[in-house]
Amino acid sequence: MARVLINLPKAKRGEIVEIRTLIQHPMETGYRPKGDGTSFPRDIIRNFVCKLNGIEVFRADLFPAIAANPFIAFTIKAEEGGTMTFSWIDDRGRSQTETADFIVE
Amino acid sequence: MMPSVAFTSMLSCAVAVSTVIAAAQTRDPRRSGFEDMSRESQAMQRDDTANPGMFAVLEGEELWRAKVGSRKTSCADCHQNAEVSMRGAAARYPSFSTAWNGPVDLQGQINLCRETRQNAPPFPLEGPELLALSAYVGKQSRGMSIAPPDDARLEPFRRQGEALYNMRQGQLNFSCANCHEDHAGQRLAGSLIPQGHPTGYPLYRLEWQGIGSLQRRLRGCLIGVRAEPYAYGAEEYIALELFLMSRARGMAVETPAIRP
Ligand code: HEC
Ligand code: HEC
Repeated sequence: MARVLINLPKAKRGEIVEIRTLIQHPMETGYRPKGDGTSFPRDIIRNFVCKLNGIEVFRADLFPAIAANPFIAFTIKAEEGGTMTFSWIDDRGRSQTETADFIVE
Repeated sequence: MMPSVAFTSMLSCAVAVSTVIAAAQTRDPRRSGFEDMSRESQAMQRDDTANPGMFAVLEGEELWRAKVGSRKTSCADCHQNAEVSMRGAAARYPSFSTAWNGPVDLQGQINLCRETRQNAPPFPLEGPELLALSAYVGKQSRGMSIAPPDDARLEPFRRQGEALYNMRQGQLNFSCANCHEDHAGQRLAGSLIPQGHPTGYPLYRLEWQGIGSLQRRLRGCLIGVRAEPYAYGAEEYIALELFLMSRARGMAVETPAIRP
């Protein structure tokens, strides 16, 4: 579906690492007028969740003031490695999940 | 006692001024718009996983391999690996095209290949496909020096571009030079006026929330002085680009850059 860019660095145990994600999305606010006086219907990503081995480690709710192609960066403490999933859900109910290996040495 | 203190501080001040002038004479006074951006925007451009212009590059990479037209050929069928064949290409555009018998910009060359080599309809100007392919081709020159071709056939068009650059126009009656030479580094409302170098196109502009070409940027500057912008693809834009590229000779290609 949408293109996604993820920067998930390798980590040393106990280290705090920054994870950066970028997803292609118009983030249509619902306030932009069309020529006929009505507005383009709202279509934004509502929700972002990151899980490590099935356990939620980070979540964010998004709102209409957030620009197109939202960039979300957050930090976690690297206690164990495993499979990290990143999921985005938008107003139209479309969801996208990407998976990456989180390597902790 | 007091006057002599004032005198010594004035003296050291004068020494400082003369060293600054000496430094400016040896350093290249040209600045990419990159240098005038906030630290956050610079970080966004430096990191390919934070630069939304990379979405266009990825899209362009897909289009590069897509077989299209009546001959079912892809760009890759002829040009193979873009990282090799397209290295440096964007740094020497606009170029003189014998097929077109005139100067073409990178997008024009891509559309020429599409029409004459792939037998497919040209992409609409400023449409997502053409922006994606030019971002992909442009990225292969990232970091390379802008190197306008030494081609006498381009010279009249470059000169036309220079004349346009210095011509006052619009209801506000400004030339490009009035802003980008006379007032570069100062502010126009909230925006810093850059020197206006075409180093990063197509680029992702935060205000556009999307990727756009140099022509879209110039359109914005023309509308800003309440001049009637030329239509996309107009020869005036190609002429201006030729002049801007010659003015930026030797500066590094940044495609796909970020700008506010
Ligand atoms: C059938 C072969 C063929 C195909 C397919 C083709 N090209 Fe070309 N391309 C050429 C040739 C030959 C040239 C040399 C210039 C000319 O004569 O137009 C060229 C030149 C170029 C240049 C200028 C390179 C330079 O170093 O100045 C670019 C950029 C380019 N092509 C991009 C593309 C893209 C993008 C596509 C796909 C949309 C494409 N080409 C498809 C044959 C092809
Ligand atoms: C009234 C002042 C003004 C005039 C006249 C003007 N510009 Fe600009 N130009 C700007 C400002 C301000 C920006 C930067 C906008 C921003 O950062 O939001 C800009 C940006 C640019 C850029 C982008 C530079 C980069 O780093 O990407 C180019 C290229 C440019 N102008 C070329 C031109 C040309 C060519 C003309 C004449 C047709 C022109 N400008 C006329 C004010 C002007």
